[in-house]
Amino acid sequence: MSNKAVLIGEFRKFFKFLIQEMKPRGKWLTPFNIISIPIILLGLVILFFRFTKGLGSVTNLSQQFPWGFWIGFDVVTGVAFAGGAYIITFVVYVMRVEKYHSIVRVTVLNGLLAYIFYAGALVLDLGRPWHIINPIIGNSFGYNSVLFLVSWHFLLYMIAEFVEFSPVIAEWAHWEKVRKFVSALTLGAVIFGITLSMLHQSGLGALFLMAKPKIHPLWYSEFIPILFFVSSIFAGLSMIIFEGIISHKVFKDLIGEKSHYSYEEIILGLGKGAAIAMFVYYFFKALIFIHEKQWVLINDFWGYWYLVEVIGFVLIPCFMFAYAVRNRSIGIIKIASVLALIGIILNRLNISVIAFNWDVANKYYPSWQEIVVTLMVVFSEIWAFRWIATRMPVFSKEN
Amino acid sequence: MNRRNFIRTTATISIAALPLGKLNAQENKEKKEFVGVLVDTTRCLGCRLCEVACSEEHGNYVPDVKNDHALEKIRDTSEKQWTVVNRFETKNGEVFVKRQCMHCWQPACTAACLTNAMFKTKEGPITWDGDKCMGCRYCMVSCPFDIPKFEYNKWNPKIQKCNMCYERLQEGKKPACVQACPKDALLFGIKRELMEVARHRVYSYPDKYVHKIYGEHEVGGTGWLYLSAVPFEQIGFRTDLGTTPYPEYTKEFLFSVPLVLFGVPALLFGLNLLTDRKNELNKNERWENE
Repeated sequence: MSNKAVLIGEFRKFFKFLIQEMKPRGKWLTPFNIISIPIILLGLVILFFRFTKGLGSVTNLSQQFPWGFWIGFDVVTGVAFAGGAYIITFVVYVMRVEKYHSIVRVTVLNGLLAYIFYAGALVLDLGRPWHIINPIIGNSFGYNSVLFLVSWHFLLYMIAEFVEFSPVIAEWAHWEKVRKFVSALTLGAVIFGITLSMLHQSGLGALFLMAKPKIHPLWYSEFIPILFFVSSIFAGLSMIIFEGIISHKVFKDLIGEKSHYSYEEIILGLGKGAAIAMFVYYFFKALIFIHEKQWVLINDFWGYWYLVEVIGFVLIPCFMFAYAVRNRSIGIIKIASVLALIGIILNRLNISVIAFNWDVANKYYPSWQEIVVTLMVVFSEIWAFRWIATRMPVFSKEN
Repeated sequence: MNRRNFIRTTATISIAALPLGKLNAQENKEKKEFVGVLVDTTRCLGCRLCEVACSEEHGNYVPDVKNDHALEKIRDTSEKQWTVVNRFETKNGEVFVKRQCMHCWQPACTAACLTNAMFKTKEGPITWDGDKCMGCRYCMVSCPFDIPKFEYNKWNPKIQKCNMCYERLQEGKKPACVQACPKDALLFGIKRELMEVARHRVYSYPDKYVHKIYGEHEVGGTGWLYLSAVPFEQIGFRTDLGTTPYPEYTKEFLFSVPLVLFGVPALLFGLNLLTDRKNELNKNERWENE
């Protein structure tokens, strides 16, 4: 009986704590709030129509373009951007490079939220989302489907990332025993998470292998899975740099003295990694280009567009990263990371939307509703991030 | 033979026969051949009775074939109509071509489907199961013939495509379109036999037909086969799809998955142990002595 009473007491205490934490902190009328709140509300209205009147009522999707902006940007691009978590956990927990320890928590949180919101945006795009459980509970396993693999890995990876992040939650809620227990699981979760990431980052590319006659030959290759995997490395690294710039402005007072100090070293290290990954990626691209004799395709709109992507947003930021690392220029690294991120957006959208059915008459353009819902997803993710970052020990002060 | 002996013998025989019976059953299953339809475009008059029969059979939109002038432009199948007939102007005059699901032997759509909602039945038709489908539309992305169609304007959309009248086949009937064709342009049967008929027609009238049977090898072979008097690219067929079955394109990736799933964690654990050793050595400042 007394045990039970203690338990109930503990639960009440935690509930009170939770209510306390739920309250908003700081100013309400920030520019971000003023922009994001109306967009989120508008997004909800659009989603109401989407679920009652069908996808066609708010999107420009068609029989020729079954996948549009929501898949191409939210899911395919968003997951590439979330790749930072598996790279940083690899470096810190597997290779034990202590330098990056101070950014592990924030990177894992970003990864976890990106998966919840961006991969979660997949549900908005499903025609019959109430059957999403089918491939999970096993009444109809489509083992031979790449999408089956990708969806399972999304789910398992979210669990792995939650385990990786759970020590922070336990610390926040003052559950010392739980914290010790979940901390012991970290290495296992990290190794499992890296493996899953390798498979579903490349799996997202493998989804398009069967769309061979529809994708422009400059973008179609049997090596799409490898290209997706390699590009997820520098997409993730660039995203960490980009988010770091913003975090260091917005959450200045949450970040401790010492981590300010090593911040520059961390950025330079990440830039170096991005430069190498981008060069490997560019090299693969060039090999495929030469091996497939694709120069005959280069002298038209699609060829120029391809060059814009590969030269303008892969090779140039690659050199910028390399130059900036040599000259210790944080400013150039910042610009390079933004260019690299644009390059990833271009590449993913080219494969899934722009160069997909490139030769049909009625091309697809996202409707304004699709863009608003995408913004809604991004803003909600930032809201969730802000809520957690201002309450839980995400930016570690001691490291 | 006394009773005991009789029982013993029958028991032994029936036990021995058990696996045999199973083996036989399996053989029978494998012997079942995929069915298909041979379309002879030289015989089609463009009456579009097949469109009407199809839509009536499946409760879809029934076109008004006399008054809707639909042949004036090239149409695609839609979420309202599983089959359409198109008219092409060629040097041999008008050619009418019926379009519907090709019922590939190794379909991309079923390989794409993560819930087995798209299903290749053992008889050959590819069917769609609304209780399984989650509406991801990956089948539409994958299908080389762009056949699956999605109801974008419904809250509970379905994938719409020809199922070769699977319900009718179960009852021993022909597909509705084949039944409705007044000119025998459509011939229903086992693909092997259809191929014999098709070859026979080409050999008998070598000047009338192009010497190619569309669907014999395309994307690994399809259930529906086409004969034509003009090259197929002139009557709306894609001839650049190759002869590789589409599931082959993802096969290598899928084979590598178990390797990665078991190999990489082992590698990472090894790396982790290795770096631990390194750190230990570092701590004790024994690097130089190594």
